[in-house]
Amino acid sequence: MFRAMLLPADQQRRLIELVVDGQHVPAREGETLAIALLNAGVVHFRHTPVSGQPRAPLCLMGVCFDCLVEVDGKQNVQSCMVQVCEGMQVRLPNGARSVGAAV
Amino acid sequence: MNSQTYDLVVIGTGPAGISAALEAATHNLKVLVLDEQPRPGGQIYRNVTAASAFVADLLGPDYRHGKGLTERLGHSNVEVRFGATVWDVARDLTVTAQIEGQSFQVRPQQLIAATGAMERATPIPGWTLPGVLNAGAAQIALKSSGAIPSGRVVLAGGGPLLLLVACQLLDAGVSVVGVVETSPSSNRWRALRYLPAALASSAYLAKGARMLWRLRQAEVPMFSAATSLRVEGGERARALSFKSNGIEHCVDADVVLLHHGVVPNTQMSRLLRVEHDWDDEQMAWKPHVDAWGETSLPGFRIAGDGAGIAGALAAESLGVLSALGAARSLGRLSAADGERRAESVRRSLAKQLRIRPFLDSLYRPPRWLSNPPNETVVCRCEEVTAGRIREMAGLGCQGPNQTKFFSRCGMGPCQGRMCGLTVTQILCTELGRSPRQVGAYHIRSPLKPVTLGSIAALSKDATNTTTKPLGTT
Repeated sequence: MFRAMLLPADQQRRLIELVVDGQHVPAREGETLAIALLNAGVVHFRHTPVSGQPRAPLCLMGVCFDCLVEVDGKQNVQSCMVQVCEGMQVRLPNGARSVGAAV
Repeated sequence: MNSQTYDLVVIGTGPAGISAALEAATHNLKVLVLDEQPRPGGQIYRNVTAASAFVADLLGPDYRHGKGLTERLGHSNVEVRFGATVWDVARDLTVTAQIEGQSFQVRPQQLIAATGAMERATPIPGWTLPGVLNAGAAQIALKSSGAIPSGRVVLAGGGPLLLLVACQLLDAGVSVVGVVETSPSSNRWRALRYLPAALASSAYLAKGARMLWRLRQAEVPMFSAATSLRVEGGERARALSFKSNGIEHCVDADVVLLHHGVVPNTQMSRLLRVEHDWDDEQMAWKPHVDAWGETSLPGFRIAGDGAGIAGALAAESLGVLSALGAARSLGRLSAADGERRAESVRRSLAKQLRIRPFLDSLYRPPRWLSNPPNETVVCRCEEVTAGRIREMAGLGCQGPNQTKFFSRCGMGPCQGRMCGLTVTQILCTELGRSPRQVGAYHIRSPLKPVTLGSIAALSKDATNTTTKPLGTT
């Protein structure tokens, strides 16, 4: 859905790697997880607890709560409020959070 | 930090928060500033301290103005804590916030909330589909990461930000396949009476004209007075259909950007149960504030767009005025000195506000926006439709808190941020009452999700007699 603009090499931030549902995904240091996921081609961030509808970010500023994902074992994290870091483990949720699911 | 006392806590490092903090510091107030983001700037100047030159150039001088503000904050001796999410404020002004999963409390003598605004929800059928974002969200992606939509983009709604984002995306090389304006043509006639005042802000008007010219020059298909908007698609947005000038259109797109202006984010002011007014021009709730930004709760002030949409430059003036109010209340500034200092600020503020009646009138959201079709999801979190809200009004629900009890509308993670205005407005129509009579959601702490472990850190905080560095247990 999104892509990083082509910036001059000296203005590009360092490339790092995330793991999203087991897949290695590139990201740039300093960006939010939500944008990294959008740039990586993720269209469905989650499926809703009520009806299983697919959702993706709406506001990118922390008010819509549609960008919720699991980060390093913590569930229902607003991905737009989290900065990426090397080796971050991300899982895209299906439905409501579950008790005792942290790995 | 917990064993120190602060004269003033400021929440937010947008233009209002920064201006308030800097002004307070000049009057020797002990200030603590909290911001949930990792860097200063709020949304309007988001990432201005770290944006690449390429992106900053694209965003233009209005964005780069934020750099001066953030630099002054950085060079000042004001204490700022980033990554601090405020999740409770008590009536005695005790602020409870969380950094890296550990909560702490501060009880200042004066509190200024500069938490700003958020985009108004645009509830149309299909707006919950992946690929539908706010126009402001696309701007945030650009500011914070130099990221842009990768396919065809159609923008829909009304307001200066809609045109601005369309132009910025064009400049960034995005395929903008349509701009669908929803402002009814009658808005133009209503706005005319404010034109003389607006002409005094000719620079602002010129900006608007340039944006329209840019879009026409790029041959972006433009549509006006659109109605019956619907996002088409099964698993993601595929197109935007609408009616304009009696003709039905369907614009294929990969990303749909919606925007109908911004509205004050009233979570904190509602939490504190201060007086709110309904602004019928801006179609939004505004916390009631006096000339020094003080709400109906003594010591609690709101500066900037959080008290009513006035723009980034006005936010600076309003921040200064609220800091002056705080300094006066604390006896650090005489009434006379306060008035003297406030005089020039009020003059600047008046100039900055001149364009507002014209803009508010020209871009007043269409009536249909507050009365979506029955099938439209209004509460995104709990998936409650407009039809269900109307049903409940028919069954006797008198306000949003009752519809919440019966349907869970407003009980989801966003705590009514997305649905609040729409629910109030639907109920107004169904019940034939004013927003003041119908009311708004009661908001309760926590304002953002917190773990039990985070709350437990508070008790460690209270029993510590020595100051501990943040992040240690």
